[in-house]
Amino acid sequence: MTDIQIVTGNQAAAIGAMLCQVQVVSAYPITPQTSLTETLSRFIEQGQLKAEYVRVESEHSALSVCIAASSVGARAFTSTSSHGLLYMHEQLHWAAGSRLPIVLCCVNRGVGAPWSIFNDQQDAIAQRDTGWIQIYCRNNQEIIDTLIQAYRIAEAVYVPVMVCYDGFVLSHTMMPIEVPEAEAVKDFLPPYKPHTILSPDEPRNINPVTFPWRRYDDRGVLCDGYMELRYKLQTALENSAASIIAANDFFADAFGRNHGGMLWSYRMEDAEVALTSMGSMATEATTAADILRDKGIKAGVVGIRVFRPFPKEAVRIALNKAKAILVFEKDISYGYEGALCTDLKAALYSTDIRVPVHNYIAGLGGRDVKPRELVEASEDSLKIIASGIREPKTTWINCFTG
Amino acid sequence: MPESLFKVNIEEYMLPGNRACSGCGLSLAYRYALKALRKNTILTIPASCLTVLHGLYPTTSVVIPCLNCAFASTGASASGILAGLKALNRQDITVVAFAGDGGTFDIGIQSLSGAAERETDFIFVCYDNEGYMNTGTQRSSATPIGALTTTTPFLTKQEHKKDMLKIMEAHDIPYLASVSSSYPVDLYDKFVKAKRIKGTRYIQISAPCPPGWVYPPRDTVKIGRLAVETGMVVLFEIEDGKFQLTGRSKTLAQRGNKLPVIAYIERQGRFSKISAEQVAQLQNWVDTRWEEYLRRAST
Ligand SMILES: Cc1ncc(C[n+]2csc(CCOP(=O)(O)OP(=O)(O)O)c2C)c(N)n1
Ligand code: SF4
Repeated sequence: MTDIQIVTGNQAAAIGAMLCQVQVVSAYPITPQTSLTETLSRFIEQGQLKAEYVRVESEHSALSVCIAASSVGARAFTSTSSHGLLYMHEQLHWAAGSRLPIVLCCVNRGVGAPWSIFNDQQDAIAQRDTGWIQIYCRNNQEIIDTLIQAYRIAEAVYVPVMVCYDGFVLSHTMMPIEVPEAEAVKDFLPPYKPHTILSPDEPRNINPVTFPWRRYDDRGVLCDGYMELRYKLQTALENSAASIIAANDFFADAFGRNHGGMLWSYRMEDAEVALTSMGSMATEATTAADILRDKGIKAGVVGIRVFRPFPKEAVRIALNKAKAILVFEKDISYGYEGALCTDLKAALYSTDIRVPVHNYIAGLGGRDVKPRELVEASEDSLKIIASGIREPKTTWINCFTG
Repeated sequence: MPESLFKVNIEEYMLPGNRACSGCGLSLAYRYALKALRKNTILTIPASCLTVLHGLYPTTSVVIPCLNCAFASTGASASGILAGLKALNRQDITVVAFAGDGGTFDIGIQSLSGAAERETDFIFVCYDNEGYMNTGTQRSSATPIGALTTTTPFLTKQEHKKDMLKIMEAHDIPYLASVSSSYPVDLYDKFVKAKRIKGTRYIQISAPCPPGWVYPPRDTVKIGRLAVETGMVVLFEIEDGKFQLTGRSKTLAQRGNKLPVIAYIERQGRFSKISAEQVAQLQNWVDTRWEEYLRRAST
């Protein structure tokens, strides 16, 4: 019998972590993530989840706890938002550099100054280069399912995974979800086997000082230098695409839900205008595409599910026939444009896809953006492009720009 | 006291030939601390001279397992090791964090305080060389007044040392001790005792540093002794709230023959610019605290 529950995104994530039988949880309150850790605390204190909960004094410590717990061989979980994620920055690098399969839920929120508790994706995007896999969710079902897939991916490639979902829009919105059966999750997710174990049984010095060059160990074996270790992390991220796709396919077989491997497409078969986005705004884009089609414009959506590793090949295939590409995103790389747009254009650079790309910045700090506004933006964009402008200026939606 | 040396564990956990400077007080203390802690131990250490002492990948001079951690994270790193071990049903291992004074008094104080407040079952050791030595002798909040460092290069440090032992005492932890690398038997005994106690234990080691304090490497033991004999460093322990002076500090208290701080200061280049006024301030600082220790020892 399927177990349907009506839950918020944060509850979905907590149930997901419980189903993954995480062994150590450490987190620190921050809006809009807080209710996720509160729910997990309840699960643990009520005995539904057998795990150690370390109630730390900061996010830096929360991730430090996960790093150390993962090093001794425990499955570790943390979650945060916004300033909490920024405060973890040093440890995000440390976790990836140590090749630890920690899973972190990032409940996306804007960052200060000035303060905003509302949603955008600047927090996670600002951590793009820390060596974590980043997966963005569209709805609460995807949150729970992606979290379960995340441990399988992380533990296969020894790279930490950030499961990102929009604050309030998903974290505090009730939606019906199908909760996977505990036994089935156990089958899907084999126990965590660390690559190196921190134990007196096999003493070693983990993460010591490395030098630029390779050095011999006491048996005369030439070992990695810092740069080889970085190359291995990069290779692991590049190769992780295969594990991400495999986890998605295997999950679809086992549970009957396919959320797309690296990305998903909506009405793209004959689409001439491709709307691309990440997270819940990509869902809005599907409604926008329907409206555009009703108006006679062949629109489709490419939802980027995995931002790192960037789905270069998949993007090329998905956008192969598009005549115009519109990128809607909730972040800005100050002094340039949206980070997704930059990466997407770079992926197309040496292909035959030479169509105009129009970047839209939307929804920063929780500013409302509705499908209707995406429709209007798309229509404007098509007019600009039709007038012969190949490189439209980045446009801020619903923003008074003077 | 030499006979008590015979009860020291003969096993070595620090192999000869490490990367510390010659005459390093830390490496002296570390050898005895590890002997007391023994094999069934996991260490976690932040960025510091100790990271360097442990050696460059892929070789190490220490045979106890060690997790290197980020500078500010030591207390949390120990908490994570313990949580992981508990989740895996391994509760026989002693978890020990070993940080410098910067990693304890300054950047590490938050995660240490958090771990102590959570009554984390571990030993936090601060080896106090009174400055950021790994980065080349910058001022820390453990640096004494009147000392030259590369960030107080002409005018000397203007403020007194932070009393970290008091801060840790205020956490109501079951065991706290002050030791010196110049009195290894006292140090060894306290580590042995700490290992047997449950809860957060804090040990602060006074560890002279020849390049940072500017004196010849052969004088390390002498300088460390003078620190104790002048009352700059006081050897004591607090077990379940009960304070007692130990070792040389105890005999100093009994005989009342504490030396003036000048005897300690004059042997170190770092105090070459200390003013007469600062010397008086330092003497006053030492005397006030010494009186307090004597009062506590007699009650
Ligand atoms: C976040 C961060 N800031 C600065 C540093 C640079 N750093 C490395 S070791 C060190 C000084 C360590 O001083 P202390 O803890 O007193 O140990 P010691 O070197 O004296 O043994 C500093 C500042 C760092 N590694 N991380
Ligand atoms: S700088 Fe000082 S503390 Fe660091 S290794 Fe050298 S002597 Fe030891």
